[in-house]
Amino acid sequence: MNNGPLLFLGILASLATSFWGLLIAPQVQIGQQQPAVIEATGEIYPAARSGLARQGAEIYRSLGCVECHSQQVRQTGVNFDLWLAEPGTNRAELSATLTRLGVASAEVARAIEQAPAKLRSGLTQVEAQTIASQITNGDAKAQVVLANLGPDIQRGWGRRVTVTQDYLGDYPVQLGNLRVGPDLANYGARSPGLPEILKHLYAPQMVVGNATKPSMMPPYRFLFTKRKLREGETPTLPVELGYEVTPKPEAEALAAYLMSLRADAPLKEAPVPNPPTKSAPAPAPAPGQPAPIPAPTSATPPPPTPTK
Amino acid sequence: MNVSSHPNLGHGPTEPPPTFTPSPAEGRWSAAQIDASCRWPVLLLFASALAWLVLGSLLQFIIAIKLHAAGFLADSPWLTLGRLRPAAMDCFLYGFASQAGMGVLLWLFCRLGGIKLVLHWPLLVAGKVWNIGVTVGFLGILLGYSTGFEWLEMPRAAASLLFLAFALFGLVAVVLFTLRRQNELFPSQWFLLAGLFWFAWSYSGANFLTVVNPVRGSFQAVVNAWFTGSFLNLWLAPIAFAGVLYFVPRLTGQPLFSRELAIFAFWTQLGFGSFAGLSSLVESPVPRWIGSVGTAATVGLLLPLAINALNWHRTLHGNCQAWKTDIILRFVLFGAGCYLLQGILGAVYATPQVAAIIGFTYAGVGKTFLTLHGFVAMVLFGCLYYIVPRVAQVAWPRPGWIRVHWVCSVAGVGLVFLGLTIGGIVQGFKMTDPQVPFPSVVKGTIMFVGISTLGVLSVLVGQIAFLGNFALLLQRVLQPLYQMVLVECCGYAPDATPTVAKAGGKP
Repeated sequence: MNNGPLLFLGILASLATSFWGLLIAPQVQIGQQQPAVIEATGEIYPAARSGLARQGAEIYRSLGCVECHSQQVRQTGVNFDLWLAEPGTNRAELSATLTRLGVASAEVARAIEQAPAKLRSGLTQVEAQTIASQITNGDAKAQVVLANLGPDIQRGWGRRVTVTQDYLGDYPVQLGNLRVGPDLANYGARSPGLPEILKHLYAPQMVVGNATKPSMMPPYRFLFTKRKLREGETPTLPVELGYEVTPKPEAEALAAYLMSLRADAPLKEAPVPNPPTKSAPAPAPAPGQPAPIPAPTSATPPPPTPTK
Repeated sequence: MNVSSHPNLGHGPTEPPPTFTPSPAEGRWSAAQIDASCRWPVLLLFASALAWLVLGSLLQFIIAIKLHAAGFLADSPWLTLGRLRPAAMDCFLYGFASQAGMGVLLWLFCRLGGIKLVLHWPLLVAGKVWNIGVTVGFLGILLGYSTGFEWLEMPRAAASLLFLAFALFGLVAVVLFTLRRQNELFPSQWFLLAGLFWFAWSYSGANFLTVVNPVRGSFQAVVNAWFTGSFLNLWLAPIAFAGVLYFVPRLTGQPLFSRELAIFAFWTQLGFGSFAGLSSLVESPVPRWIGSVGTAATVGLLLPLAINALNWHRTLHGNCQAWKTDIILRFVLFGAGCYLLQGILGAVYATPQVAAIIGFTYAGVGKTFLTLHGFVAMVLFGCLYYIVPRVAQVAWPRPGWIRVHWVCSVAGVGLVFLGLTIGGIVQGFKMTDPQVPFPSVVKGTIMFVGISTLGVLSVLVGQIAFLGNFALLLQRVLQPLYQMVLVECCGYAPDATPTVAKAGGKP
């Protein structure tokens, strides 16, 4: 350890190892990833953002929103729900089957009445499929539906875990490492609309929280201009009494970016739960209506086996 | 010229220690001559470093207030939280820690190599360019030109300046290293040399892959994590290790317990250091193995940690009362203690089960604070308190303020760390319980953030005491020069006030 050049070579070797392990290997694995085609819709994902949203991404970066907001949804695991997709015509037998399977009688009635309805949750795939095969009889149909688990998902911050595919079009990628505010990976999916977002940016405390627990988000009033209202005028953005508050282009761009934030496309590596909702399965004329309509068979195949 | 016989250097024991392998005695120059040769470049680096340190801590204090009073100073875009946080962080990392580290590196290379500092002009230029770079970067972040990558926020122009300055500095440092007259290398020198190369490589590499020619998608986050890990574990930590390895033997008068253990710690640190940064990507949208490698490497860092702990402890063992009388040793040892704590915490936080709870909470912020302000900064403070009076040949004007700095730093680091860690754990448990609404989660942290605000204030007060002490010292250094200029240029001789130091550093 007294030889300078040898020491240098050792240091170089440590860099080479780490460079190969951490930069070359991921580059080979994910560096060439291409946008995927979503099977269900044929759309390309992730789609490019609009020009305004791209400008908004620059505002997001410039204001350092990442210091308080993450953009990644975590998932602790998956399990499976069992849904009654269609009650079919033989209600008596279905009712008997469900009761035999341990569903409370009140529940049975409700499920048959409101189908499609969730029967059981927290099952493994095998359990769910076993039960489903017992229920599916004639035109009564049960369906196994994937359920993604985790506090982030239960909080409504996303429907599935975020994966590398979601960030392909982003620069810079703003994963974030502190949540003083909620996760924004899917803000676009739950966005309350442009006026509300602008209001939130101008005066967060008006939108989130109450007097004792106000929002901790700082107001971004510098993204707006304001002038006194004239007699008889009504403000377009009612956030400050007696003032007309107008968003600057930066605020509009930022809002457009926030509305463009979505990571809920169903991907092979990150499937999205697809319960048989009123709109999803067969083109039933009146979804809530219990009257059995012969639906096209196997309208909603069970979701793909998750990789986890 | 013999500084060791100087009346008051601001602390107890004075050199030379009885047995110390890399003593420059067999070289041509005495310790005092070497110190004197380091004077201007090192003082320039230290002065700028301390100014950035206090500026960074001031911003930290504003940030801490903003975290529990959202409307505070919210009306200017350049004072918004999202810009202040990276600006304050980069003030500390590039303005203070890197710069003070460079000064310590120069001094240690000279002392341990038994040579006088050469190439003053390139060093002064490098120091100037570095500070211009940090200034450009700092203003760039405040004006909204941040790159958006953690610890790499400084815009491209600033990063280029920093890299150029560092390349020049590094060249001089390598020249110093090769000029050494002391054949045997002391462990501090290995760490410093490794840090030198690692910083240059990782900083340029990470900037290239994120800013100049960015990689796609979340791979950017991998590069970013690789850089933060390298920067911390293979640049800042090695500097601090070098300080501990040098000053613990120096101040206790005991030889380093084991060179072999230090070799082992060195290579394991080098092997695991950069991989360890990836532990921040556990559970993130990157291939799973990347986070796992990070966890494994962070746990692997416990190896150099245990070895270092053993080596340092055994070195201290021969003179375990020394810290009671020596405040400089206390700074260094407190830093060493924080290093042990943050290393163990790092390994705990990197396990997926714990990361699932405390990820995204203040606990991570608290750990980073402990690492940077408890470990790196405290060791650097110790080094500066020892080096500055020697290279300046002026004693600390206010020894009492060193005590103030010590007390405030320890209290401050403790408050911030405890506040944010406990707050973060509470926050984590609430956040993973979806029944607790999110605003309540955030609101629940406010008391803890308040505690940390007090801590930041305390740290700031201590650092101001340090800066003040340093400024007074600098004034005494410059005074004779100033008078000399007056006499020689204007023929004006003010009544000769007794000066503490003799001017000039020529042997």
